Amino acid sequence: MSPQSKPSDHTGLLHPGLLAPDDRDAIYRDGQRLDHAEGTSRPLHAQPEPQPRGAKVFGNRPIDQAEAAARFIAAPEHEKMHDERLWDLRQKRDREMHAIPEWEELRSLASAIKEHTLTHLDEYLEAFEANAHSNGVHVHWARDAAEHNRIVHGILQDHGAKSLIKSKSMLTEECGFRDYMASVGIDVIETDLGERIQQLDNEDPSHVVVPAVHKLRTDVAQVFAKTIGTDPNNSDVHYLAEAQREANRPLVLTADAGMTGCNFAVAETGGVIVCTNEGNADLSANVPKLHIASIGIEKTIPRLEHLAIFVRLLSRSALGSPMTQYTSHFRGPRAGGEMHFVLVDNGRSARLGMAEFWTSLKCIRCGACMNTCPVYRRSGGLSYGATYSGPIGLIIDPTFNAHKYSNLPFASTLNGSCTNVCPVKINIHEQIYAWRRELVKRHEVPFAKKLAMKAAGELLSRPSAYRAAIAAADVALAHLPRFAIYNGLNAWGKHREVPHPPKQTFHSWYKANRGGKDDQPR
Amino acid sequence: MTSRDDILASIRANRPKVDRPLPPVPLFDDHPPASLLAAFKENLERMGGIFLDLPGAGDQLEPVRAKIAKAKVVCSTVAEVPGNRDIAAARAPQDLADVDFALVRAAFGIAETGSVLLHDSELGVNALAYLAQHLIVLLDPSDIVVNLHHAYRRSEFQHGHYAAFHTGPSATADIEGVLIHGAQGVRSLSVLPLARAAQPLGG
Ligand code: SF4
Repeated sequence: MSPQSKPSDHTGLLHPGLLAPDDRDAIYRDGQRLDHAEGTSRPLHAQPEPQPRGAKVFGNRPIDQAEAAARFIAAPEHEKMHDERLWDLRQKRDREMHAIPEWEELRSLASAIKEHTLTHLDEYLEAFEANAHSNGVHVHWARDAAEHNRIVHGILQDHGAKSLIKSKSMLTEECGFRDYMASVGIDVIETDLGERIQQLDNEDPSHVVVPAVHKLRTDVAQVFAKTIGTDPNNSDVHYLAEAQREANRPLVLTADAGMTGCNFAVAETGGVIVCTNEGNADLSANVPKLHIASIGIEKTIPRLEHLAIFVRLLSRSALGSPMTQYTSHFRGPRAGGEMHFVLVDNGRSARLGMAEFWTSLKCIRCGACMNTCPVYRRSGGLSYGATYSGPIGLIIDPTFNAHKYSNLPFASTLNGSCTNVCPVKINIHEQIYAWRRELVKRHEVPFAKKLAMKAAGELLSRPSAYRAAIAAADVALAHLPRFAIYNGLNAWGKHREVPHPPKQTFHSWYKANRGGKDDQPR
Repeated sequence: MTSRDDILASIRANRPKVDRPLPPVPLFDDHPPASLLAAFKENLERMGGIFLDLPGAGDQLEPVRAKIAKAKVVCSTVAEVPGNRDIAAARAPQDLADVDFALVRAAFGIAETGSVLLHDSELGVNALAYLAQHLIVLLDPSDIVVNLHHAYRRSEFQHGHYAAFHTGPSATADIEGVLIHGAQGVRSLSVLPLARAAQPLGG
């Protein structure tokens, strides 16, 4: 079977059965269906089904991603919808990419700018800090998550603030910020719809850009019925979104403080840039008097001219939308207001020193690698049991805890698609492979996986046998080094882009990771 | 050692000792669209924004007046159209929570994306552009730049404390990918391509 298994019918969908019988949810302009932001390009509809939950976490025990993935796959409506929506984002991304002749040049520039900045990070951070100071911003530095949380709590205490509205930030997820704030009696309200859904459901975000992408509308209806009092039998998406808007509005108006993350910190201006589709970062920062922005130190870029490159790449890569609805530049406090920046390390400076992994710090958290990953699309982000899921998670999570996340670098087919779509050209799949070797060295890899790696290593040393194995398409394609992907044998490597979802590869991966048990996905 | 010193020392100890020069950034403007305004309009509409065509004759502000005709609370920061809520009287952003329509002038627009830049010098109260139910923006067609590279060379980013590109209205598709306008902020964004000070008051 060709790895480019094509969708089987004229709809162009991976799962044609999901095509909605009508398009009444959609917004049209001049007869054109709008699909900006994270909107789907085609109407989809799934049947109600209980929501599969994420990985089971037992203290520091290694997360069993494959176990959680199996439960996700066993919920076919969820799995199909997830697969379809993310693949749609990936296809929209390709559409936008093809509309920009200089796309590859933009990627190369983005990568070079990030590598330059990271190799001079101390200098750019000092410049950023000095410029922020002169704009009247208070700048704080946090070595780790705990210090970040303490600093923010301290600022809130100084203002007698009891409630905080915030926009989505992966950094605050990484810091366990909401739990900490709950423990000290501060009410945190997420203002992004997807993130709010996840907060109200006591679940982590499953995707860096679309946090509730693993949920069906009927799941959201249940969460909202329990928490904000909507009709449990009404899963109309417009109704649910409007209900959340109306429920959040009074909380926004009465909040004591606002918080945002940061997509880019520009050393030249001392300002931070936040990108959202909902305008919720602008509400969070502009309504309360106090604005706190949490900033990962790797978000720094030198100048505004560099920002242009990243803004052009970010939303196109993430959602296949030319721009986020809002791209907001915060440079200093409003009259009568106060602004604080918290620069957070939390393992980043140590990662800079990891020869094989430092370039993972180039990541702009666009999620493109997740959208294209066959394992991610069919496992759901919560199966990774970590802050970061999908391909980027596989190479970042072990830097936080190599034991707990020792299974994650194996949740990949190493098809290289993630590397091909990454707007900052991180060699993601090579780093995944490097992590496998690293984990073997550290004795974090179980015997069965070691055997598989050994077999793959032997196979790869004999190209003809390897070719035969590829042709059989029944081998665990889990250990392909770069030569195998770019040597012309593998159809995916011939183009910069993966033209179709490699179902067969996922199948092989699944078989390998589930030990060839009978409970095959389909 | 302070956390600041610690972090900087750790970066200095760990930063890769490789040569990575900062590349020059081109402006990518070799093939501009034939009409910046037409490209702006097309891209704005793709992003869910509404482009108000300027009337060929008569009252140039007619499309705006039609939009706000039935609105209860209109807050305007532009001289061309008066509102009935004085922004200068707003003591706090929360005072603007009941605004139906807000009117502001864009500093400039971008053809590539259909974006308008709203700057704190024009907004007065930043939250106005998010708390209002609907937003109407006046954009001088001569203020449209070709792409983001040109946009970031503008002086607006060197002064003021806040500036935001608006590209269509507040939107979400967080639930099953169904597109919603008016997620948390404005439910609609309309842009009228009206030159600055081209129209006498009350036109
Ligand atoms: S690794 Fe690349 S593709 Fe993945 S989220 Fe980061 S920037 Fe995007």
